[in-house]
Amino acid sequence: MMSEGTRVLVVDDEEIVRESLGGWLTQDGLAVEVAHDGPAALEKLRQGKWAIALVDLKMPGMDGIQVLQEARKLQPEAAVVIMTAYATVDTAVAAIKQGAYDYLVKPFDPEELSLMIQKILSQQKLVHENEVLRKALKREYGFHDVISKSPAMHQVFELARVAAPSSSTVLILGESGTGKEVLARAIHKESARKDAPFVAVSCAALTETLLESELFGHERGAFTGANARRKGKFEAAHGGTLFLDEIGDISPKLQVDLLRVLEERRIQRVGGNESVEVDVRIIAATNKDLRKEASEGRFREDLFYRLNVIAIHLPPLRERKEDVPLLVERFLETLAVELQKPIEGLSSEALTALLAHGWPGNVRELRNTLERGAVVAKGHIIQLADLGLAPPSAASVGPGGKVEPPSLDEVEKRHVIEVLSFTGGNVTQAARILGIDRVTLYNRMRRYQLRD
Amino acid sequence: MGGLWLWWIGEGQIEREAMEHVRLHVERAFRVPAAVWAGQARPQGTLDVRRKQHASGRMLEWLLREGPGEGRVLGMTDVDLFIPILTFVFGEAQLNGRAAVVSTARLSEPVLVDRRVLWERLAKEAVHELGHALGLTHCSRPECAMSRSAGLRDVDRKGGQLCADCRTLLDQAQDREPRT
Ligand SMILES: Nc1ncnc2c1ncn2[C@@H]1O[C@H](COP(=O)(O)OP(=O)(O)O)[C@@H](O)[C@H]1O
Ligand SMILES: [Zn+2]
Ligand SMILES: [Zn+2]
Repeated sequence: MMSEGTRVLVVDDEEIVRESLGGWLTQDGLAVEVAHDGPAALEKLRQGKWAIALVDLKMPGMDGIQVLQEARKLQPEAAVVIMTAYATVDTAVAAIKQGAYDYLVKPFDPEELSLMIQKILSQQKLVHENEVLRKALKREYGFHDVISKSPAMHQVFELARVAAPSSSTVLILGESGTGKEVLARAIHKESARKDAPFVAVSCAALTETLLESELFGHERGAFTGANARRKGKFEAAHGGTLFLDEIGDISPKLQVDLLRVLEERRIQRVGGNESVEVDVRIIAATNKDLRKEASEGRFREDLFYRLNVIAIHLPPLRERKEDVPLLVERFLETLAVELQKPIEGLSSEALTALLAHGWPGNVRELRNTLERGAVVAKGHIIQLADLGLAPPSAASVGPGGKVEPPSLDEVEKRHVIEVLSFTGGNVTQAARILGIDRVTLYNRMRRYQLRD
Repeated sequence: MGGLWLWWIGEGQIEREAMEHVRLHVERAFRVPAAVWAGQARPQGTLDVRRKQHASGRMLEWLLREGPGEGRVLGMTDVDLFIPILTFVFGEAQLNGRAAVVSTARLSEPVLVDRRVLWERLAKEAVHELGHALGLTHCSRPECAMSRSAGLRDVDRKGGQLCADCRTLLDQAQDREPRT
């Protein structure tokens, strides 16, 4: 009937109430604590989790309503029951509008008290079970923060799970925005190194010299502006994982340096001559076809083989559309918190558009689109127009306020855009769908300036 | 574990049959002899004039002072009992202590009930409160005499005996002497 150890707080300025109510509740195996006034109650609410707070309405200083208001902020899950004398029942009723679970008139009918406590606890149990269930489901759909229900991604998860515990180098391949970095972080979290740092470096963002000192650090005076000795990312990641993003973009010189580090597991700071041992697991990522880069001489083959110990391919979002609703749900949850906006979902029109979109920018683009939608949305539901997905229409308003229908050219242009986005920019597939040859499609694309 | 004493301390009388019914239930539940204590004293200073009810806590104190002074005593009364925060209680006991009390006042509601129904309810509550005095806390099995009885519905739903779990707990507590 009652759950062992469930915490109940009794707040009343009268000792006799605290004692007799506290004692009565304790008999049911509830863990009861008491507070003699509002501030003491808030202190207890701040310190731990409570299932129920029974709060006296009339107390000197801070009254029960004030305690209720604070309790709603501090612990919205806790049920607050207002205890009142017969004369102040109206105030207690009003308290329900402010989020009180219910009220009890002193002295309580034992059956009423008992039923109320049981009801609160069974409701909380239900909510808790639902949460556990939902979390379990999500876990099934994901690997740490990476979520997906596509079979291809589940193979990715399996491979990542197997690879994680070893210190082997991992190479993650996939278009931009497919989740290479989140996956790298997930592998780190799954590994024995999880309590050591995860350090990410974007190799494309920096010039060769800057990247070199970023990675290996430098001694004081190693170059102009090097006013102090600085540790590099390799040293910062000691014991942990170093994520080298856009590895396909590093210069030939750095390729050599990196190869040496991977072979010797030691680094040398720029401008220094002593070498330092580093224990770092490398996870590299690129959106380039690194094998092709290597075979065509733009990337060192020996380095490629060093990196390519365990290769994981992340499929683009357009090849796993089943993930769109799942990701939408996840992102809306986090966006609602980040933006402090009560976003509850998408209109079905908007969701259809998201499913039809080609997502050249993959999950990142989806997230950005939803963020825009959540910012722009006026109500709790994001509408299609909020997403800013469709190309701006050329339609103008005609006589009588009616929207002038678009021209044949405009319709054709929109349709070509739609099909191209459906195929993720694949012209051959788009041409097949449109029933025209590729050259014709290229010509239309040029005419509509769909190519840069 | 020492003896169990049943003591009628009500304003009116109790039928001999009712007392015997309770006694047998108690003996069966705890598997120890239970005897009737025939002291003529009646509680003093337990009445709350404003509420026109008797404070069950004060009743327990009185029982400790005036009772047989050996084993555990269950006071049985017809006056209405209360603790400050509740409109009434069926009874109260010192957890793992020497005294317990039960009242028939609320057991014959809503109107006059058949006398045997009243005796049955009284026996269940007697076992329940003595169970507390013997160290048992509330039990989550609704059929067990140690389950909470907040209202008559609970009393009628439960049985007059201990469930297997409570029995085991009781056997483990057997050697323990009551608090003084
Ligand atoms: N499968 C996924 N589940 C949850 N979030 C994802 C997933 N894939 C990508 N993201 C999110 O999308 C954004 C881009 O991912 P990121 O790892 O930076 O991509 P990449 O490194 O491939 O460019 C990040 O906000 C990331 O958290
Ligand atoms: Zn009890
Ligand atoms: Zn039991």
